Formats: sequence, C-alpha cells, structure tokens
Amino acid sequence: MRRLILLALAVVFGMSQLSAQKIKGSETVLPITQKAAELYLKVNPKAQVSVTGGGSGVGIAALIDGTTDLAQASRKIKFDERQKIQQSGNTVKEVAIAYDALAIIINPGNKVTNLTREQVEGMFTGKIKNWKEVGGEDMKVVPYSRETSSGTYEFFKESVLKNKNHMSGIMSMPANGAIIQSVKQTKGAIAYVGLAYVNKDVKAVHISYDKGKTYVEPSVKNAVNKTYPIVRPLYFYYLRKNESKVKAFVDYILSPAGQEIVKEVGYVNVK
Amino acid sequence: MLKKFSNFTIKSLLIFSGAFAGITILFISIFLFKEGLGFFKKPAVEEGYSLFVNSKNKVEDFDSKKIKEIFDHEITNWSELGGEDVEILLFRMDNIFDYYSDEELGEEYEFLAEKLAEVIKAEEGIIAFVPHQYSPAEYSGVKELSVPNITPSDFFTGKDWLPTATPSPLFGTLPMLLGTLLVSLVAILFALPLGLGVAIYLSELAPEGIRKFLKPIIELLAGIPSVVYGFFGLVVLAPLVQKTFNLPVGETALTGSLILAIMALPTIISIAEDAMRNTPRAMKEASLALGATHWQTIYRVIIPYSKSGISAAVVLGIGRAIGETMAVLMVTGNAALMPTSLFDPVRTIPATIAAELGEAPSGGAHYQALFLLGAILFIITLFISIAAEMISKKKNYKDM
Repeated sequence: MRRLILLALAVVFGMSQLSAQKIKGSETVLPITQKAAELYLKVNPKAQVSVTGGGSGVGIAALIDGTTDLAQASRKIKFDERQKIQQSGNTVKEVAIAYDALAIIINPGNKVTNLTREQVEGMFTGKIKNWKEVGGEDMKVVPYSRETSSGTYEFFKESVLKNKNHMSGIMSMPANGAIIQSVKQTKGAIAYVGLAYVNKDVKAVHISYDKGKTYVEPSVKNAVNKTYPIVRPLYFYYLRKNESKVKAFVDYILSPAGQEIVKEVGYVNVK
Repeated sequence: MLKKFSNFTIKSLLIFSGAFAGITILFISIFLFKEGLGFFKKPAVEEGYSLFVNSKNKVEDFDSKKIKEIFDHEITNWSELGGEDVEILLFRMDNIFDYYSDEELGEEYEFLAEKLAEVIKAEEGIIAFVPHQYSPAEYSGVKELSVPNITPSDFFTGKDWLPTATPSPLFGTLPMLLGTLLVSLVAILFALPLGLGVAIYLSELAPEGIRKFLKPIIELLAGIPSVVYGFFGLVVLAPLVQKTFNLPVGETALTGSLILAIMALPTIISIAEDAMRNTPRAMKEASLALGATHWQTIYRVIIPYSKSGISAAVVLGIGRAIGETMAVLMVTGNAALMPTSLFDPVRTIPATIAAELGEAPSGGAHYQALFLLGAILFIITLFISIAAEMISKKKNYKDM
C-alpha cells in the first residue's frame, strides 16, 4: 500500500516536472507562442507546454509569483516589476522574440492618407478636433484607444504621444477586433492596432516622424528595413534560475523555424 | 436508529452547506472592502517614486491634476503655478543618459543618485520623476516634493480617470458612477413598459398554446451569454443608432441602454407574469361577475394585486442592468466623460473593472481603486436587493 502511494506521488511529481513549461502573458504575443507551442510539441512529443493569455501585466505578475515559467510581454518590464523580482533574490532575463509594427488606422471613406506624428499626437490628446485641420473633410475626429492597461496602449503613448496622456474621456475598446469594427463603422475614426490586425475594412495611414518630409507606409517590409518608425519589440521574460527549463523553447522560437512562425502570424522576425 | 442517523447526517450537511455559502459571501465582501480601502493610503504619485525639484523652486502647492498637466506639457512655466518665470524642464529616469554615460553612473548605478543631484542642482526649472531607490534627497540643492495621499474626495468627485498616467495617476470615479446609473435607468425606462405589456399579454390575453410556446423562449433569452448580446450591439445596434440620429459615433449611452433593456426584458417579463398569474381565480371572477370588462379587471384587480411582484421584477431588472459587464463594455465606447446626453459615449463601473483588472499590477493603487469600484457596485446592488426584498414582502390589499 505504502509503495503504491509512493508510486502515485512519484507520478504526480513527475507530471508536474514535465508540465513545468508554463507560458503566460500578452495577448499580442499569444498567436506566436500558440503556433510555436503546437509545432514545438510535434518536434518534441515528450515536452509539455501550456500557453495562456491575460495580458502583459498578468504574465509578469505571474512570473513574480512563480506561477509561470515564461512571461510574454508586448512592453518592456517596468522598473518596479523588475525590482520586485530582484527583492525575491532572482534576476530576470529578457529575450526579444519578434517585432510588431503599430499601424494608425482610419475609416476607408476618409481621404487622408498621410499624417505626421505631431498630427496624430494632436488628435489623441484632443488638440486637433476636426479632420479639416489635417487636410481632410469637415468632420469630427473620433479617436479610439485601447484600454489603459494594454501593452499596446503603453507603447503608443510612449512612441507616438511622447509620454503625454491620451485626452481624458477618450473612447477605449477592449480588444483589437472591436477597434477594427468601430473604425469600420465610424467615418471620423482614428485608432491604432498591430500590423497583423489590419484588413481591408480599415485604412492604414502613412506616417512621418520627421515633420512631413517622408511618409512611410506600415508594412512588414518597411518594418524590417527600419524605415517605418512605430515598431516595438515583443519579449519573453524568465527568471535566470529557470533558464535550463525554458531554454529549449526559447531557442526554438529564435530558430529559423520559429522565426518563420513569427512571419506567418504577421509580425516581424528578429533574426 | 438508522433513520435517526441519516436524518442527522442530512441535517448537518444542510447546515454545513448553508454556513459554507454564508461564510463565503461574507469572506468575499470583506476581501473586497479590505483591498479597496487600502487605496486611500496610497500616495498620489506612482508608488516607489518621488518628485524632485531644484531647491530654489518656491512652488509648494501640488496635486495630482497639476502634476499631470505639467507632464502633459499643458503647464510649461513655473510662473503658472505661482513660482518664478522659468520654463519647466521635465526629467524622467531615462533622461539621465542624455547627461552622463553608462560608465559614469557606475556598474550598479551606485553613482546615480549623486549624478541626479548634480543635474537637479544645475537646472533651475527641473522637475524630476525618480525611483526612491536612487533618491538624491540627501544632496544639497535638491528638494523632494511632498505629495499628499489620495483623498476620498479625489476619488468620489474627481472627473478624470487616467489610472495609468505617470507620474501621477488620476482616479476620479464620478463620470463612471453617473454613467452606470444613467445607462441602467434609461434601460429600465425602455424595458419596463415593454416587459409589462408582454407580461400582461402572456398571463391574461394569450391563448394557452402561444403562452406555452413563448414563455420558454423568453426565458431562454436570459440564457444567452452577454458577450453575444454585446457583439450584436456593436455590429447591429451601434450603426443603427449612429445612422438614425446622425451621430459621429454609434457607441453611446443610448446603445448601451438599448442592449441592457433587451437583456433585462426576460427577467422583468418572467417575474411579472408569474406574479400576475398568481392572482386568485376567485378575485378575477368576482370582478367579472360584478360586470367589469376584461380590461377593467386587468388594471383594477390583477395589476394592483400583483404590484409587489411587478416592483420586484423592476428592481431585479435594474440590478441586472447595473451589474452587466461584457455587453456594455462593447457598446458604450468606454469614454470616462461626464455624461451630458444620451448620445455621448459613457463608461460604466463593471466595464472598467473587467477591462482593467487583468493588467493592473496587483496590490498597486490602480488595483485597489478597481476593488473600491467593486465595493461601490456591491453597495448599490445591496441596496437594490434590500429594496426588492422589502417590496416583494409587502402585500398591499388596501389600494384595491
């Protein structure tokens, strides 16, 4: 009897060892890790990988609490999050696994095709209220943002708004899909989504970061050759003490096969 | 003997499950308030950080709103805050690398505090946002700003909700509280006449066959997941509202109210209909025998008799509308504006919690603010439930 219990314990313990590969975090990175996990399991049938979303903040919080092995994030780890990890006597390692270009989208019926960074900033901070002011028709600018806690929001605020806040009372949508739907329906809309989400229902504007000298179309090609300015890295974070556990999977994503997945899902490869 | 034993077991099992449910609910409410009330002990500046200025700076009076305006470049000169006529220079941690190289700061940034102090001393108009850990407060020429804690009046009467703004987040919940109440009340105004009409039709006028067919279908409506209603609202109702009223956007308070009205209907219909059908047959027949018409019987006998049931239906419908999350999250536009008309986008409390809790760093001010919002919602629904309880207990025959 005792032997049976021991055996059962050993099995349970062994299982938990095997299923140790837990990945959690950003919804933006999720498509890559899901696809990669599927293919990785085909190559390594013995391995166990579980992938969940929840958001960049959730992923990093789980890393701090030790409930995940790998946190996926669409923003850089924050200073206080890094500190929390250091206080618990660990160090965190960061790996950039892909790049994501952020596209500024408007309604297809809107005639504007070029915008400078300053103009976009003006629209999202409430200084520019009518499309007339940027050479468009006479209609109200309706900016849609992501929820304040999303990694996309943080990155947009940092890169395009230069750390200024969105105007207070901006419309915010819970997901990329809802943003596309709203922009499609609203004539004066302007919003931002990851390049992978852009489809024919919306129009991506060309952006200039040099006050209108050159306008660059958001595309994977322009993101790779670094002419498109609004590009952010997507990260994996893990604790150094867990390195041996997660190394194989991280290496897989950085391998040519893994980077192929990155491109397939619509992001930009790092290697 | 055996029977006694099994009776005893069942009795204790029932007591146990009752106690368990009670304790769980109590525990949840305590947890909610405990997490929420810690909020008022948080500083108005992001936790773990402080603001520093040059010691020559005379400005003393800071609050979250002013700090936000400074960092948004809306206030650009200290004279606007009553100080000297000096341009404001914003300084965040990363800016240190414009002044010094990595080597000068030391391998583990051990010289960082010293170098920060040098910068702050040299720039008269500076306001620096720096983590406590590298606080340069002990050096000369540097003044740490004392920022007060967040006060209840900031929270309950503030009009700006910018929970992730750095360095000073704004937690004004008034627009959301009003938004929630507005959307729910308008929803009930739509749902009540319609729901009562259907209830009267089903209980009094509809042939038995139709009733047997319609009642389960209406009750089935209550079982549709709210995200499905939300998607329907976003794709169908929002463009409809936008076109009908010729608005710039379709995601408005009105759209939210319409969707909530549809969602509250099954509750209202079902409870009101049950109440009406419970009118004793003798009462109805007495009324008819006195020569009253069918219609007179309905509004002079049946409705007054089932008044308490109808009120309970209304209150439960409001409860459903106030607590609804997913559908309103998708159709109201979620703009934390003070609602001025039905055609403005609004943001409700449940939608805010659902959208933001997932990514708020746990234990931080934002996280606690969301719990406090949950506590407010809890109190509102508690009052509604108490009201429902009191109304449905009251059997008032006097008015008949």
